[in-house]
Amino acid sequence: MEKFVQIERVGQTFDTKKGKFVALRDINLNIAKGEFIALIGHSGCGKSTLLNLIAGLTKPTDGVLLLEGREIAGPGPERAVVFQNHSLLPWLTCFENIYLAVERVFGSKEGKPKLKARTQAAIELVGLAHAAHKYPHEISGGMKQRVGIARALSMEPKVLLMDEPFGALDALTRAKLQDELMKICEKTKATVVMVTHDVDEAVLLSDRIVMMTNGPAATIGEVLHVDLPRPRERLTMAHDPAYIDYRAAVIEFLYEKQVHVEKEAA
Amino acid sequence: MSTLTMNGEFSAEKPVDREKTSKPAATPVAEPVKETKMTSVATPAAAGTPFSEKLAGFGRAILPPVLGMLLLIGIWHVATHKGGSIPGPAQVWNAAVVLFSDPFYSNGPNDQGIGWNVLSSLQRVGIGFGFAALVGIPLGFILGRFTFLSSMVNPIISLLRPVSPLAWLPIGLLVFKKADPAATYTIFICSIWPMIMNTAQGVQRVPQDYLNVARVLALSEWKIVTKILFPAVLPYMLTGIRLSIGTAWLVIVAAEMLTGGVGIGFWVWDEWNNLKVEHIIIAIFVIGIVGLILEQMLILLAKKLTKESS
Repeated sequence: MEKFVQIERVGQTFDTKKGKFVALRDINLNIAKGEFIALIGHSGCGKSTLLNLIAGLTKPTDGVLLLEGREIAGPGPERAVVFQNHSLLPWLTCFENIYLAVERVFGSKEGKPKLKARTQAAIELVGLAHAAHKYPHEISGGMKQRVGIARALSMEPKVLLMDEPFGALDALTRAKLQDELMKICEKTKATVVMVTHDVDEAVLLSDRIVMMTNGPAATIGEVLHVDLPRPRERLTMAHDPAYIDYRAAVIEFLYEKQVHVEKEAA
Repeated sequence: MSTLTMNGEFSAEKPVDREKTSKPAATPVAEPVKETKMTSVATPAAAGTPFSEKLAGFGRAILPPVLGMLLLIGIWHVATHKGGSIPGPAQVWNAAVVLFSDPFYSNGPNDQGIGWNVLSSLQRVGIGFGFAALVGIPLGFILGRFTFLSSMVNPIISLLRPVSPLAWLPIGLLVFKKADPAATYTIFICSIWPMIMNTAQGVQRVPQDYLNVARVLALSEWKIVTKILFPAVLPYMLTGIRLSIGTAWLVIVAAEMLTGGVGIGFWVWDEWNNLKVEHIIIAIFVIGIVGLILEQMLILLAKKLTKESS
């Protein structure tokens, strides 16, 4: 298998007031180019911690992370992040929010008209051309999240990292954005790592589902290959026996093998 | 900001649909969930209210303050109508009419119209306050950004901040050898603390999300300051400015009483020496009104500047 992203023996320990807290241990994972990976697990299992490590926002205490054979030393636009709470700058319009990213990545090589065209293309990709000049507080949560995705994609990242991007949205909006994301990924052939706690989302979107054990000292429990043909249709999938089996496998892992103890979530 | 994000839970996916539903503004109560999503919907609804209702709303807003003022003047009148050293409202009113008929006369440095006195006080406040902003805001940014420096400087600030600005006046007189810059310098000292503290606090409270965006985009320090820190800190900075101008206006009166020259504080003291008590009461009102105007102007400015980031 082609190794695009390599995660080798990665562990993460945090220093807390009560002493050392081992969040992650012994994580080994290789991600191929163009692959869609879902990280799933109960809350507090360190899914987001792992995503932050790939993003370079935090550094691992053990092991090493590589992208195209080079160590991930810090955050950078080649690994764009779609944050859980969209994180748009409220004093910039949607267009300006994306432009900030585009300018940073391509500003040294391209002129202003080209940068604006790129921004416009990104905003059209998520179907928000009509809201380009609105401020984040003037649009809905779903639209904000789409701007967040557009901002990340506009940087043409090598890896797109998504931290529960649809977690704060209602079911209908979420489904719509999932469909859109699938189309975008097909178009752009993006490599995606997505943190989620939604079983259907994981099965529908990903090529592989990485299931994590409960924390503390969480690690990868199982990896499930989702071998469903693309493009995937939400409605036909609902009756597809293979889809139902994959779904059952994830649920079995989450609710039988890793029974969630409530106090751990707190 | 975060409360607005919550609106997304209502699945406000299609703004086009939303505008359609908001058009019949006459029935705003029919669909409460949809109506709460956009505040702008409230405007056409308010415009549609009948005139009598608007008048009633206006009355509700104006009537209590007017009643309060009348009550104050009434108590003042009752307390002073038997005579005594404090003049009643009518006496003060008559004196005020005379005083304000010629606010800008000048009979030498110690006898000038009330207009000149107020203006020279405002000038001192403006200069001292301007310098304080020039020094305090950048210093606040630096202290907010670098923890080491802030832990170095914070004990000094904590020690000096509770000191009455007037305690610095003799030092000012010693250094500047003149009364006027010494008073300005006192204003500088008292204005600078809220400016530093609020700016630094604002910088420290910039949401981690925004800083993470900056890190992922790998923005330059200049872009971080102009595109993220400055807009995020602006509301805190404006609070600092508002607090300092309030204090500065309080302090200038006392400082001018001590330094003399031209100024509303000096004027109060001068009129005390002349035993023109009604002028002192007029001065109290003038100081209050000017302070109120300064504060309201800054609130207006803050609203204008932070409107888009709310």
